[in-house]
Amino acid sequence: MSARTRELFGLLPVSLLVAAGFAAVLATRTQDVSDATLTYGAVFLGLCVVAHLFIRARLPDADPYLFPLGALLAAIGLVLIYRIDAELAREQAQWFVVGLVFFCGTILAIRDHHVLERYRYTIAAVSIALLAAPRLPGIGGQVNGAFLAIELGPIQFQPAEFAKLGIIIFLASYLRATGDILVRPRLRPLPFQRQLLLYGLPALLTLLAILVLDLSVAASVLLVVFVASLVAVLRERPSPKHFGPLLLVWGLAMLMLIVIRDLGSSLMFFGGFLALLYVATGRLSLVGVGATMFFGGAVFFANNVAHVRERVDIWLDPFARGVVDNEGYQIAQSLFAQADGGLFGQGFGQALLDIPGGGTILPAPHTDLIYAVLANEAGLFGAAGLIGAYLLFVFRGYKTAMLASDGFSKLLVVGLTAVFALQVFVIVGGVTRVIPLTGVTLPFVSYGGSSIVANMVLLALLLIVSDHARSERIRRGGLV
Amino acid sequence: MNRQIAQLFVLTVVLFGVLVAFTSRWTVFEAQSLEDNTANRRPLIEEQKTPRGLIFARDGRTELARNRGVGRGEDRIFTRVYPAGGLFAHPIGYSFIRNGRRSLELFRNDDLVGEEDEFESILSELEDRTREGFDVVTNLDVGATQAAVQGLGGRKGAVVAIEPQTGKVRVMVSVPEYDPNQVPSGFGQIERDPNQPLLNRTTQELYPPGSTFKVVTAAAALDSGKVAPTTVIDGSSPKTISGVPLENAGGQSFGPLSFTDALTNSVNTVFAQVGERTGRDTLVEYMKRFGFYKDPELDYPGFQMVPSGILNGNGDYVEGGFDVGRVAIGQGGLEGEIRASPLQMALVAAAIGNRGRLLKPALTDRILRKDGRVKERIEPDLQSQVVKPETAEQLGQMMSRVVEEGTGTAAALAGITVAGKTGTAEVGANREFTQPWFIAFAPVENPRMAVAVTVERQPPGSAGGTVAAPIARGVLEELLGG
Repeated sequence: MSARTRELFGLLPVSLLVAAGFAAVLATRTQDVSDATLTYGAVFLGLCVVAHLFIRARLPDADPYLFPLGALLAAIGLVLIYRIDAELAREQAQWFVVGLVFFCGTILAIRDHHVLERYRYTIAAVSIALLAAPRLPGIGGQVNGAFLAIELGPIQFQPAEFAKLGIIIFLASYLRATGDILVRPRLRPLPFQRQLLLYGLPALLTLLAILVLDLSVAASVLLVVFVASLVAVLRERPSPKHFGPLLLVWGLAMLMLIVIRDLGSSLMFFGGFLALLYVATGRLSLVGVGATMFFGGAVFFANNVAHVRERVDIWLDPFARGVVDNEGYQIAQSLFAQADGGLFGQGFGQALLDIPGGGTILPAPHTDLIYAVLANEAGLFGAAGLIGAYLLFVFRGYKTAMLASDGFSKLLVVGLTAVFALQVFVIVGGVTRVIPLTGVTLPFVSYGGSSIVANMVLLALLLIVSDHARSERIRRGGLV
Repeated sequence: MNRQIAQLFVLTVVLFGVLVAFTSRWTVFEAQSLEDNTANRRPLIEEQKTPRGLIFARDGRTELARNRGVGRGEDRIFTRVYPAGGLFAHPIGYSFIRNGRRSLELFRNDDLVGEEDEFESILSELEDRTREGFDVVTNLDVGATQAAVQGLGGRKGAVVAIEPQTGKVRVMVSVPEYDPNQVPSGFGQIERDPNQPLLNRTTQELYPPGSTFKVVTAAAALDSGKVAPTTVIDGSSPKTISGVPLENAGGQSFGPLSFTDALTNSVNTVFAQVGERTGRDTLVEYMKRFGFYKDPELDYPGFQMVPSGILNGNGDYVEGGFDVGRVAIGQGGLEGEIRASPLQMALVAAAIGNRGRLLKPALTDRILRKDGRVKERIEPDLQSQVVKPETAEQLGQMMSRVVEEGTGTAAALAGITVAGKTGTAEVGANREFTQPWFIAFAPVENPRMAVAVTVERQPPGSAGGTVAAPIARGVLEELLGG
């Protein structure tokens, strides 16, 4: 069976799921299943088949599972949003079509993704400008204390969704070029005295710092990891100028924390960067330095910047008196909704969402808390199923990266996949109180035009690289 | 590079594993505690969609709480209406989505929302029965409640009436009351009211019981054989008790008199001596048999009840070290002062009136299914045998003398013999107010009703016999008349 046929068959269960999902919601709403549900399923299947035919024509060798998985996630999103508000679902369906157009447009425009390398600085500049745009007066807007959206006329748009693509493209091409010289091949062993100096002195200083500054256990661990990683990096005697990009990106992440005031997207970008750095250099020590610097910075801001601190306090104890009905209301309601779901959930369309007298009990159920709605309606099993679908998507992404033959392709796909996975972790982790709740979207599932369009472009990029990698393998006879 | 990519995937698996672990934490492992969290309004909203069971007075017809439906179809919700206004506010309480629940509405909530045991709920699921709340029939008497409120006449105070032989609570009145219908719109105002209308003075407030406590002292002394009704004791005044002179009311000196006469005339000096003769340990032991030192075993929320007992100056419960002579007459000092709730004093009267057998007090009589079948009946339940039947008989005879010719004559009823005891505690920073009390049971031959009445902070000269006893008579008349 060819890859494309497998893709087509993969789409069938997705369409069935859409039809069944809509049927379930409609049944609870009107007590009878109307023809509309079948229409929804058929239209969705039709759209997907069109996209499939397009992939068949342009990217015949691309990974057969990525597109059906993306469609599956989008379908789950549509059903959930439909359950929350039928009007929003109609809009989301329109955005899905727009996303498909962008998907096809990207595939048409970028025949070979290596052209992106040529524009890396332009792409980087545009991405940073996009990130900062919500802070601009006039078009920027603050949502829940974070600057994540800009408004252009009637359209509200989240630039971070697109900036994440641009920054990954830039980092992939930059690290492809400098990754080799960032670290040198290991040197011959140092003489004993030098070794003593290199390892003994920092160890002594670290110990002194811990004792003199009377650091907590967590801070001490952070410091020890940082110093150890730094020593390991210095051991290879890199020239200082190669630390430039690392410091620059760290500075950028910290700046984002202050400028757009969102720990989640900051974590997402910096995590993507570290993933790329690790794959490009193979040095855990660099990741150690970067990660400890990031956490150190985050802890510093958590202690010293009021709104970050507030977020952290809510995260630590959302049920505190006076908090639970105000700042902590959202996360508390999220947890209550999940508790109400239990193992198998209340059933689609059956969980409590609308409060008598108007409004929903969950704030932002269609965006931030859509995972909580799923956990409420489909239970632990449904939620774990969704995580499983994301894991499969990420698996196919990394698989594509492993198949790719050149550095840029590998790094590009690794970066996009890592950022995608981190975005899932940041929002689901926020909703389940693993980390402080922030306002990033759940890819493909959350309501939102920017999100669905950006993720469709991401999917297109993955498929383009995949097609190149796999057709090359097939030519060489390495892939059947 | 591929090795690192594989490691990244492993890291992703770990991170996603954490997500699934936390999701299971909230959906399964900590689900119960989240559902019980007071900030979680989901159960309340769900419950609003099913009509709550009705609450009836003792007659099974008068609705004390019913529902009003608003909206239609899926959006139809029910809110509580209390037709009697504030009359039954303290025993019944309220149930509203934003304000939560109180009193019987809280205690009987599971029944009122129609919670079934596992087997029944599976059955109703199969039969697709819509869930409905069970009705609650209380023991509360409308006429007697009105009589009690009338008797108090706006003065702060409390009235409790209990059937001694069954423990059924027939009257629970605490003034001031609040109108539960006003709770959704004006809870803040009710809560801030300096007169504390939310406070159930029958169960939540402790007062110095004054001479009504002499019934407890007498029960302990008679039952432990320290005195007999005919024992003659010196009733002269003042008498040195614990090194400090103690006076009788009005400084009246009685000379030697029988224990029965001492109760009839509420002679402090006699009872102080009897208390000393009985001893702290014996007194505390009998108090515990009467139910002191723990919440009353009433079908009522624990946070709305306070144990009666001996409290020191810090407000801590003490079982020793107090001046037993002064506690015996219903007073005390910094090292220990007797404090009792009106419900507790009604239970004292009820136990004596039921041959020493104390039954658990109950507001609820039965729980009914919608088709009228009885789901559960609250049967009389023995709490403790406080004193021997003979002791109770002797003490009952002594108490009937109080009403016939002693301090409690204002409680006398035509054609019915009443056994009672008055009390007049001094309260306020300078003892400038009095706290009149009256506890009683009737008829003496076959007691069917026990009652406790107290009124807060009355002007000097107001005594239990003149202020509280007439209120008790009104309530007893209503309860025994028919």
